[in-house]
Amino acid sequence: MRRYEVVFVLAPKLTEEEVKQSVETFSAAAQEKGATVLEVDEIGKRRLAYPVANFNDGIYVILHLEEEAGTAVAELERRFLVTDSVIRFLTIRVDEHHKRADKLRQRREARKKRRAAARKAKPVEQEATAATEE
Amino acid sequence: MARRRKFCKFCADKVDYIDYKDVKTLSQFIPERAKILPRRISGVCAPHQRKLTMAIKRARHLALLPFAGE
Repeated sequence: MRRYEVVFVLAPKLTEEEVKQSVETFSAAAQEKGATVLEVDEIGKRRLAYPVANFNDGIYVILHLEEEAGTAVAELERRFLVTDSVIRFLTIRVDEHHKRADKLRQRREARKKRRAAARKAKPVEQEATAATEE
Repeated sequence: MARRRKFCKFCADKVDYIDYKDVKTLSQFIPERAKILPRRISGVCAPHQRKLTMAIKRARHLALLPFAGE
């Protein structure tokens, strides 16, 4: 399973209802293509760092998806391109990022354990060498 | 004059994934001109700098961060 974060920015002129409606149509389109929508994160209106399509604000929405292949994502991107109210979008595949993060965390924990074990073992070792010197 | 030794902020905080949505953290690494702060100044380690660069570029595309400053 691949997990995706699909972020899109809607034009600020949309009313709350229109926003809700477009979010629904997009998530319905994703589900139709076999993806499961895990979470819909409506961040809301934010100031843009630079004007996009002559707007200074944007309404940010993130769809967290899970699917087998990229078909739903491809469909969403096609829809974003033909929808005028979507001024920006970005899709990120996150399962690989999370996998790498997990690996790093595990490696760190293993190292911590190893070090703790080494610290415990050391005093014993010193005693042993002291004994042989005598 | 002894300069304080630089350290990687992300290693200290044990960050494994730098999120493009985390504008607060990212903006610490973009000065006024909005360029990405080089490693030699910020002291960030190479693996984290790569992740940071990726995150900043993603944030720029979504207009969360500027491409160029004033």
